[in-house]
Amino acid sequence: MTKHRPRGDLNRWHTLRLRTLVVFILLCLDTGILQAQPSGFIEIASGIYLRPGIQQNFSSHNRGHIANIGFIVGQQAVAVIDTGSSYQEGLALRRAIREITALPIEYVILTHMHPDHTLGAAAFDQDTPVYIGHAQLKDALIRRQTYYLDRLEEVLGSTAEGTRLALPSAGLEIDQEVKLELCDRILELQAYPTAHTNNDLSVYDRNSGTLWLSDLLFVERTPVVDGSLLGWLKVIDYLDQREAIPVVPGHGPVVNEWKEALADQRRYLEALLSGIRKIVRKNGTIEQAIERVGQEEKDNWLLFDEYHGRNVTASFVELEWE
Amino acid sequence: MTTVSNLKHNKVVRKVVQISLLTFFLCTLMITTLSAAETDGRWHEIKTSLFGDRAIQNGEDVIGLETPYRALDAAVVPISIESKITQTQDNYIKSLYLVIDNNPSPIAAIFHFPGKHNWQSLSTRVRVNAYTDLRVIAEISDGNIYMVNNYVKASGGCSAPSLKDPAAAAAHLGKIKLKLPMESSLGNLLSTQLLIKHPNSSGLQFDQISRQFIPANFIRTIQVTFNDEVVFTADSDIPSIHFGFKPEEEGVLKVEVKDSTGRTFNHSVDLPNQEKG
Repeated sequence: MTKHRPRGDLNRWHTLRLRTLVVFILLCLDTGILQAQPSGFIEIASGIYLRPGIQQNFSSHNRGHIANIGFIVGQQAVAVIDTGSSYQEGLALRRAIREITALPIEYVILTHMHPDHTLGAAAFDQDTPVYIGHAQLKDALIRRQTYYLDRLEEVLGSTAEGTRLALPSAGLEIDQEVKLELCDRILELQAYPTAHTNNDLSVYDRNSGTLWLSDLLFVERTPVVDGSLLGWLKVIDYLDQREAIPVVPGHGPVVNEWKEALADQRRYLEALLSGIRKIVRKNGTIEQAIERVGQEEKDNWLLFDEYHGRNVTASFVELEWE
Repeated sequence: MTTVSNLKHNKVVRKVVQISLLTFFLCTLMITTLSAAETDGRWHEIKTSLFGDRAIQNGEDVIGLETPYRALDAAVVPISIESKITQTQDNYIKSLYLVIDNNPSPIAAIFHFPGKHNWQSLSTRVRVNAYTDLRVIAEISDGNIYMVNNYVKASGGCSAPSLKDPAAAAAHLGKIKLKLPMESSLGNLLSTQLLIKHPNSSGLQFDQISRQFIPANFIRTIQVTFNDEVVFTADSDIPSIHFGFKPEEEGVLKVEVKDSTGRTFNHSVDLPNQEKG
């Protein structure tokens, strides 16, 4: 189209090209391409990349991009930590890794069973990585797979296409610690007793001091009890003794002052505990508990109405056995 | 309908596009209608298997059913059933069927009552896999059958209709608890809750990779007796039942639970109110 440009327009054309170039550079700076950061990702510590999740419920608008997911680059290999909600999201994560490094993706670490963390994993099958999770992760995924995949298709429609389960090939027993060596950097993986779920795992990067707690810590967003309320409170006691900076939660911003966030989470869970215990003692019902328990926490958390009633229900069933 | 040479003409191309679109819409319409029919079909199948061609009447005056608008936790959906008739020795609810159309195992429970214990309410907890009709069907001692049903929306988020900690449940396998009011006296209706710990694995969960099923291990029947007379039996794996029960004399309230692997678990309390192993 511009092959036979009249001569008079040449100057304007050059100016236009220059402008385009400037805009392009600015865009690059803005999206971080010149700093080798794929769009949507931030480098939270040297070699640790995070795609922050949107603080919303799973929907077709956010295409399921609700969890914090990311990867760690070592001298000789890459470890992925959580994979997003769908095969498509897993592929996008893989493309982001390839924008930064051509190193082999040797490990895909799944911090727990929930679909927003695990359902993108199959996108890494082509790398034949070791899929690592808690020893109970495999069983938990098998029990829920049909349900998770059906619901994904229901909510995401065609965006869910291609999504399938990738089951962990290696599992950590409860309280077991395993070290993954990415040559220069060592990742310490730890499996926990039942807390947020019955298959929670954390990743600690010795080099940077970063502790990736995933859904063991919710920041700003209503914590979800899908394992054991009592168990989670015990794990919080344990985590409170640990030193690390920064901490990556499963949902919400990366925090340096993470003990405060942990204390907020503890306060919410303790409100559930004391409120439900009172009702259980009086032979009350789940419906009564949903109505009354923990309402004072309503303004402290995002998505409270979506998750609180469910937390009360799940915790009630646990506490009525005390 | 159209030949290849015709396709060169724009008008015809447009026509073809129109026809394709129309066909597409018609197909979509048919698919929608089909899936509605499919759901009805599911209930029709269940109904035939349970009641053959016997007539089922509207049960609004016989049974009350309370369900949440949306399942908050897919694994624990509380429901309450009320008997709207005064049950007597001659006119009582003989059987009560709890059906959840779109669950993998749609018949959630079948209760049988001997008609000796008048009851007004019964509540329990069920799993709800998908958007579904939830039905309660009462068979009266005179042979009439009545039904009420509610629509329940599936839960949002990451909630799944699975046990949260199967290992913990297995560790306390067969533990039974009977919760009675603090003060219970003879001749009064006691609101009683029965709780059972069991992993309740349906045997339907399949591991695509090892090509194995998680083995079936679930509760088959629950029987509650008072002084060896049946209060009710339930063919179900539901882990909690709230029921009203009126003891006229001192005695032993006993629970016997049988599971799919052939195990039996027992528990009993003395009334009024001394719990024992």
